[in-house]
Amino acid sequence: MPFDQLENQNPSVYHKSADRSATLEEENDSVVDEFDNREVFDLIRDINDPEHPLTLEQLHVVQEDLVHVNNGDNKIFVNFTPTIPHCSMATLIGLSIRVKLLRCLPTRFKVTVEVTPGTHNAEQQVNKQLADKERVAAALENTHLIKVINQCIAPRARA
Amino acid sequence: MAKLELIQTLKKDNGRVWNVNWHPKGEIFASCGEEKSIRIWGKDMTGKWCNKLVLSEGHKRTIRQVAWSPCGNYLASASFDATTSIWDKKSGEFECNASLEGHENEVKSVAWSRSGQILATCSRDKSVWIWEVADDDEYDCAAVLNAHSQDVKKVLFHPEKDLLASASYDNTIKLFREDPSDEDWVCCGTLTGHESTVWSINFEGNGKRLASCSDDQTVKIWKEYPPGNPEGVATVDGDSTWKCICTLTGHHGRTIYDISWCPKTGLIATGCGDDAIRVFKENETSDPNAPTFDLICTVDRAHNQDVNCVAWNPAIAGLLVSCSDDGEIKLWNFVDI
Repeated sequence: MPFDQLENQNPSVYHKSADRSATLEEENDSVVDEFDNREVFDLIRDINDPEHPLTLEQLHVVQEDLVHVNNGDNKIFVNFTPTIPHCSMATLIGLSIRVKLLRCLPTRFKVTVEVTPGTHNAEQQVNKQLADKERVAAALENTHLIKVINQCIAPRARA
Repeated sequence: MAKLELIQTLKKDNGRVWNVNWHPKGEIFASCGEEKSIRIWGKDMTGKWCNKLVLSEGHKRTIRQVAWSPCGNYLASASFDATTSIWDKKSGEFECNASLEGHENEVKSVAWSRSGQILATCSRDKSVWIWEVADDDEYDCAAVLNAHSQDVKKVLFHPEKDLLASASYDNTIKLFREDPSDEDWVCCGTLTGHESTVWSINFEGNGKRLASCSDDQTVKIWKEYPPGNPEGVATVDGDSTWKCICTLTGHHGRTIYDISWCPKTGLIATGCGDDAIRVFKENETSDPNAPTFDLICTVDRAHNQDVNCVAWNPAIAGLLVSCSDDGEIKLWNFVDI
């Protein structure tokens, strides 16, 4: 994606977490394997940042501790942390997380995606927009926008 | 004990069904959604509900809402493609004979006045447009109202007079009427109290009260206090004051997407993002200026996903239709044993 100027020219880059190793219980097909925080985190950690060739995990935009799965109540809560408090990409990043989870998870889940409290100037506006499924639906019918989101979601080859 | 009995589940649409709307006679209803077509449903010979017609090629994007004219001869559809289509059966078959253009982006809602001579539309462009029906298939824009500061979600006319109500992402409900001196449409009231997006509104059968539902997970009941009201509620410029007389909190687990106030029974139904349908009944012994409403029935998992719309049948008491993100439409019968 071409940008005239990077908003955050020098973001801090963090280490990626190790891949999840499957436990014996998980390899046993007779044991019910419920969704957990790590599994949902794995779905979103490799989403690309819109302006840097880095993943949301590498920029600490998403973190495993900020993903909460409640299987019984079919609820998933994801907080994401914009790299800078005035980040104009916050809605786009949140939308990418929503779309990725929408496509990957069973429809029974109610997914809430919100900015980590206190990390963005327009936190409330961004949260309200991301929670409005009508506006999200309209955005996803926008061919330009969906192209940009798909670029963010498409995983690059893991290094 | 009160309950909603499931009569029938209908599934045809691919994707989310946004809205269902009863024909004024109550024998058929229309549905619309992500599928970009309108479906008309009625009963077959055996009394089962079935899909009678599919109206396609009217819109290029999601159809958010459909509305029958009060005479039942016209159907209006509001679409994310920024247009509103008017369908009629003059040729013997349903055809789109007019398309209303002007909104900058998604049209969210459309409503007919009780006379059928005025049409209102609203959009994400924050405006409400008033259209006058001129001649056959001719609609003139009579006003563009920019009173809201955000996305307008719903428009609805009063059942007895040319008063328009609109609900918005800016958390308010606004009322509009024509100014008789210069025929301009003016905002004659702003109802504040909701703490987040107001998704839907519905007037009581006689139009004296209004129910609203919101992303703040509450339902509010607003009462009209006309000039000179015995309660002494102040009014301005000869317009009524609409005051919130009741807030229903603690019943809904997520955003409430729709509300329907039954003109036959006075029951209020809500469709919620927690997949449930709830029915409320007014406590008849409560104070008219501070009424209480009891939750008399909850259908948990009424649908497999968010309930987007609930609508009481205008002619058959207790018949409710609902639709959902799960692509299904359900018909329910309210029984109070």
